[in-house]
Amino acid sequence: MTKTLTREDLLKAYRTMRTIREFEERLHTDFATGEIPGFVHLYAGEEASATGVCMNLTADDHIASTHRGHGHCIAKGVDPVGMMAEIWGKKTGTCKGKGGSMHIADLSVGMLGANGIVGGGGPLVCGTALAAKLRNQPFVSVCFFGDGASNQGTIFEAMNLASVWNLPVIFLAENNGYAEATSSKFSVACDNIADRASAFGMPGITVDGFDFFAVYEAAGAAIDRARKGGGPSLVEVKLSRYYGHFEGDQQTYRAPGEVQAIRDTKDCLLQFARRVTSSGEITQAELDAIDADVKALIDGSVVKAKSDPKPTEADLLTDVYVSY
Amino acid sequence: MARKITYQQAINEALDQEMSRDQNVIVMGEDVAGGEGSPGEQDAWGGVLGVTRGLYHKHPGRVIDTPISESGYVGAAIGAACVGMRPVAELMFVDFLGVCFDQIFNQAAKFRYMFGGKSETPVVIRAMYGAGFRAAAQHSQCLYNIFTHIPGLKVVVPSNPYDAKGLLIQSIRDNDPVIFLEHKALYTMEGDVPEESYAIPFGEAAVVREGHDVTIVAIGRMVQKAQEAAAELQKQGIHCEIIDPRTTSPLDTDTILESVEKTGRLVVVDESHPRCSMASDIAGLAAERVFGSLKAPIRQVTGFHSPVPFSDTLEELYIPSAAKIIAAVQSTKEYK
Repeated sequence: MTKTLTREDLLKAYRTMRTIREFEERLHTDFATGEIPGFVHLYAGEEASATGVCMNLTADDHIASTHRGHGHCIAKGVDPVGMMAEIWGKKTGTCKGKGGSMHIADLSVGMLGANGIVGGGGPLVCGTALAAKLRNQPFVSVCFFGDGASNQGTIFEAMNLASVWNLPVIFLAENNGYAEATSSKFSVACDNIADRASAFGMPGITVDGFDFFAVYEAAGAAIDRARKGGGPSLVEVKLSRYYGHFEGDQQTYRAPGEVQAIRDTKDCLLQFARRVTSSGEITQAELDAIDADVKALIDGSVVKAKSDPKPTEADLLTDVYVSY
Repeated sequence: MARKITYQQAINEALDQEMSRDQNVIVMGEDVAGGEGSPGEQDAWGGVLGVTRGLYHKHPGRVIDTPISESGYVGAAIGAACVGMRPVAELMFVDFLGVCFDQIFNQAAKFRYMFGGKSETPVVIRAMYGAGFRAAAQHSQCLYNIFTHIPGLKVVVPSNPYDAKGLLIQSIRDNDPVIFLEHKALYTMEGDVPEESYAIPFGEAAVVREGHDVTIVAIGRMVQKAQEAAAELQKQGIHCEIIDPRTTSPLDTDTILESVEKTGRLVVVDESHPRCSMASDIAGLAAERVFGSLKAPIRQVTGFHSPVPFSDTLEELYIPSAAKIIAAVQSTKEYK
């Protein structure tokens, strides 16, 4: 059974979702100034997914992420201040400025890395899950992947492997409707990604990815099952990204007003706030206080990232090998 | 105590001893047990050529058959290594690299660097390589060059049973991803191998034969061919020094260059295709670093820029022979 959410859990969930939103909105603004190097893929709009899943996990559980990985990192407990410095290419970053947005990882909290290769994470979580199984540890592994990766052979191989080895893995498909500029209506041959589960001998479920509670419940049930030795599951969350595939993408492939309509009616933070305040569990003042807190955290992270030092020539050839 | 065993037995013994020493060592791959889930014996094969035979019963639960999903299980081995296991994944034929290269070169090789030095991936990927079995173009390649090109990987190419055991033990204990390549024509080669466990450090070439006239650097199975050639050349009064790098990454450049400085002549023997090969790499290294010592142009004896052919007449033409090595050495001696 999925754990009933306490008041503290609800506050934590809101703080996590708000932190992701603030982090991404701030990156969107700062990227436009031209100061942030490289490719940045924002998770804004999808916060309920990472948060709903990771609220069911501990630091001993593992996740593999995607190129759109900031939200997964924050939800799994990676320090946003280090992440911001990493994205700015600074030596103080989570990965010393050697990975950047697409490779933020922190194994100390069970975060196996964002991943620049679409579908790259599926096989990796089969490995962390196999290790847990061989060691008789009750740890699970979650592979986040998108509708684009849902068509990759690595994901198919990993789903089959997880089933035949009966591994504690949750394949978490975040279907945001677009693989880069190509609609999942075109690229995914079945109605729902979750429909593919039966082909791999595992349960599949599709849930509303704007609804934190729906994600929390569905992922929780799959995670609980995996922890008890019941094997892998496929959970598909249907949601939307508020920004382009990458920053700078004008999204001309989307209908005019599509994003605004979702922001106005389905936004996960809006829905969450409405539900917990109307039920009386949390007050608006408490949520406002979190908002202010988070804004200060992200503001501070940007100030620090801007002034932190960049790596130097001495860092170029370190960390290639443990020893060579 | 040393006794004569085959290259194949040496590999099996290294796996067995390391699995006994460390519970984190697991073996996975297609048919590494063989027969799993079948009505006959559960470890019917012990690998497609029987290299892992017997390990399944000695180490219950740790010799794991996989579906034919190279990306899936090689990636799983890499993921398990990230959390402290020491998986040895068998790719069967190195040619199958083509279906799982991403997991090796974009994931395993780059984790430590991309993650700022905060991860270790102690995975070993074993595969057999090389021509001579009439196995044709998709089961005969020597792809160590491709792995050697990738920073973050270590690449091991043992040429004899003693090295196979000691280098595989080192590979398993090493904390970086290692590609361990076994020439299929060497599996039956016998040699003196100590029963006890031992590790051979990476990046230390073996001087297989000493000589002062010409340096021959040979990779993997080509060490044997170079030895045949050197024995013949000795009769002609040409004394060859043979260097077996044993690992192409890291590469023991010091031993190679010191020998070239001594002999002034270099022949590199590499069974792989010639372009962007270990042969061209080592030739380039010598040309850049010890040009002044060279008394003759460097010669490369390699396969051809063609797929490995099937028919025996063609395959024998393809594989570098002792005769070709002899001709190359003679040409460096005759150069004025």
